[in-house]
Amino acid sequence: MRNTDLSEATETGRGRRTAALWNDVLRFSMREAGVAVGLVLIVLFFCFTAPYFATPENFLKIFVQIAINTVLASGMTIVILTGGIDLSVGSVLALCTVVGALIMTDQALPVYVSVPLALVGCMGVGSLCGFVNGFVVEQWKIPSFIVTLGMLNVASGAARVTSNNSTITGLPQPFVDFGNLIVFGVFPSIFLIAVGVILIGWFILRFTVFGRFIYAIGTNEEAVRLSGHNPRTYKVAAFTISGLTAGIAAMVYLLRLNVGSPIAGAGYELNAIAAVIIGGTSFSGGKGSIIGTLVGACILQVLTTGLQLFGAGDNVKPIVIGTVIVLAVVLDAYRDRFLRAIESR
Amino acid sequence: MFNPILSMKSVGKRFPGVVALRDVSLEIGRGEGHVLLGENGAGKSTLINLLAGLYPADEGEIAFDGAPYRPRTPTDAYRAGIRVVHQELSMLSQMTVAENLLFESLPQRHGLVNYRETNRRAAALMEEVGLAAAPTTLVSRLGVAQMQLIEIAKALCYESKLVILDEPTASLTSKEVERLFEILRRLKAKGVTILYISHRLHEIAEVGDRVTVLRDGQLVATRPLAGLTIPEIVHMMVGRSMEGEDAFRGDVVVSGEALRVKGLRRNAKTPEVSLRVGKGEIVGVAGLVGSGRTETARAIFGADPKIAGEIFVEGVRVEIASPKDAVRHGLCLMTEDRKGQGLLLGMSCAENITITDLRKISSRGILERDAERSAATGLVDELRIKTPSIDQLVRNFSGGNQQKVVIAKWLFRGSKVLLCDEPTRGIDVGAKAEIYDLLWTLAAEGRGVLFISSELPELIAISHRIIVFAKGRVVGEVARAEFDQHRILSMAYEEYGLERSH
Repeated sequence: MRNTDLSEATETGRGRRTAALWNDVLRFSMREAGVAVGLVLIVLFFCFTAPYFATPENFLKIFVQIAINTVLASGMTIVILTGGIDLSVGSVLALCTVVGALIMTDQALPVYVSVPLALVGCMGVGSLCGFVNGFVVEQWKIPSFIVTLGMLNVASGAARVTSNNSTITGLPQPFVDFGNLIVFGVFPSIFLIAVGVILIGWFILRFTVFGRFIYAIGTNEEAVRLSGHNPRTYKVAAFTISGLTAGIAAMVYLLRLNVGSPIAGAGYELNAIAAVIIGGTSFSGGKGSIIGTLVGACILQVLTTGLQLFGAGDNVKPIVIGTVIVLAVVLDAYRDRFLRAIESR
Repeated sequence: MFNPILSMKSVGKRFPGVVALRDVSLEIGRGEGHVLLGENGAGKSTLINLLAGLYPADEGEIAFDGAPYRPRTPTDAYRAGIRVVHQELSMLSQMTVAENLLFESLPQRHGLVNYRETNRRAAALMEEVGLAAAPTTLVSRLGVAQMQLIEIAKALCYESKLVILDEPTASLTSKEVERLFEILRRLKAKGVTILYISHRLHEIAEVGDRVTVLRDGQLVATRPLAGLTIPEIVHMMVGRSMEGEDAFRGDVVVSGEALRVKGLRRNAKTPEVSLRVGKGEIVGVAGLVGSGRTETARAIFGADPKIAGEIFVEGVRVEIASPKDAVRHGLCLMTEDRKGQGLLLGMSCAENITITDLRKISSRGILERDAERSAATGLVDELRIKTPSIDQLVRNFSGGNQQKVVIAKWLFRGSKVLLCDEPTRGIDVGAKAEIYDLLWTLAAEGRGVLFISSELPELIAISHRIIVFAKGRVVGEVARAEFDQHRILSMAYEEYGLERSH
């Protein structure tokens, strides 16, 4: 009913372009910037209230701490955009840390061989787990929640078997040094890796045919199928990417903590999901962005660190974080309503 | 003396940026059959939603049954005695018919649901509306038409004073439509007021005493229906006369075959279907709901499985196992369920158009926004899709414009054979005429069109040839020169052993 009214004025090409620009600005500013404003407010709050929060050391620490979650959450964003979920990333990460650490501690290999090989191994094992998830989900039309819950257990068990249920230490020194590197005295190396992953993910989702399909499938899978495409391929690819990012996150884990462990990553999947959701991605798919996810991961970490410095006990933290997750989704519902009102002008 | 049950005084409603209703004053008499007409976007739905308690009016006053009426929730509306049968059905699909019917007040015994009583009462209601199914059938097993009857039965069971029906006949067959009118007449006789919304002008005389026409959110006129002619009504609705609307424009001759289907069987129980569509030809498909029209189109397109049959596109035999194959060979399917299966509602107009062939607007997997913009803008202009921008979300479009987006996306793909399933359902008169025009143009350019519709006058107006479906197979074929509503209808009904009542 709205369109008949508003068409007249903006029928001209110029009007169209201006309207398009406005639409873009509004959509962007409302979706991502809304979350970003939340982040800024939280940071400001802690800057003024929590001792030692507004110090360079502390920000450095936050940058280090968000790296793993950011990488995991970027793959998770793609899966959630298609309308799925991947609960297995935490234990796939554990399996990959074990594989990577085993390769790197192999004395027969020189460092310049073992480290790249470990990277390939992590990415390979991760992708394989992800592919299996996607394949089972699509082949037998089983909810991804269940399939990835299964994979969570399988990968966790596999990690224990492979590592003989022990932690693996003694990673090569150059590798450990790289993990501690702080570029320009500001950016930790692992933070830069995370930013790299985010940027690649952002590019894929926003500028590629693949990304367009991810959004389209999350919006209406049947319509995509009836438009002459096979949504399956893209959904399997989404899960594979999520596994791949779990593998990359495992390398980040090794860089940061220098041990491969079968019990690494317990509960990481929930943090990743929380980052995606706080970042404004819709749980039913089709809406959201990876930049939002980065901001979401920042919010989570700033809250954790801030509350610590604030002197809030470990027991209070989960209460606050849990509240924030739900609050984010509540705000999201209002934001959607608001956005629709704007769009239908 | 005129004793209105509902009176609206200067009612207005605005949404952000749009005035949906402006200064509407309307009185509806007790026991009256009142018809509400207007093109899509004229404000009909807004008016109904105000009465149904979905949102409040911004201006004006409404009085119902002698008292001020300001519903805040749908429950307030029920309590006041207003019942709405919405166009989009909302059913508890995993519950039984009986549970759905009596859900708001299930008979209880000792705090538990009394199923015997529930089913008994439901059976009585179902009998009254002519719904032939057991009360314990799961709603998910019913067809759309039967679900519609449930909604109507619901309106019956709660002593309603005003029953509002929003396009109730959109998915009903002629037989069911007649049954519905019979029920409505009975309700009227009991003193129930009926507010009836429909796009099908020829059927409103069945229930209407007076008609109100809305246009652009404003009331054009309220008039007694007696003495009004359809052209007059159309004139009020669109503000211009629609002469030449049924002027057949399909006389361009193109030779050659666009699509041939031979011996298609969907499963072991269904009969074989063969049909043929020439280039430049619009083949109308008539038949009752459930006669296998939609199912056949979906099977040809590869959307649903088939066990046998050959398909030829432009004379070449093709294998179609999935929609992907079909699209590759130049077929397209415009589904009956535009919103659910045809469109990406939450995505933009441009994104919807280009989704059929992203290779055209990308290189090495990377999208080229400028190419996309110019392609989409071209089609938006060509099909005269009304939108302020190609970035507008399709969700915000009217039905007619949404259907044009669906056509645009297939033009973008370069489809040669168009399988259209009820392409004008829920679309207003003006937009319908535009869609017909478009289809003729597309046919004249050498495409073949298979046009499924439940509105016979529409088929007669636009087709070169009509084939009739019944019980899953083609039971007849009529050339344009011999089009005859009676003959086609009797073919459609014959197989079912039913005689038309007139």
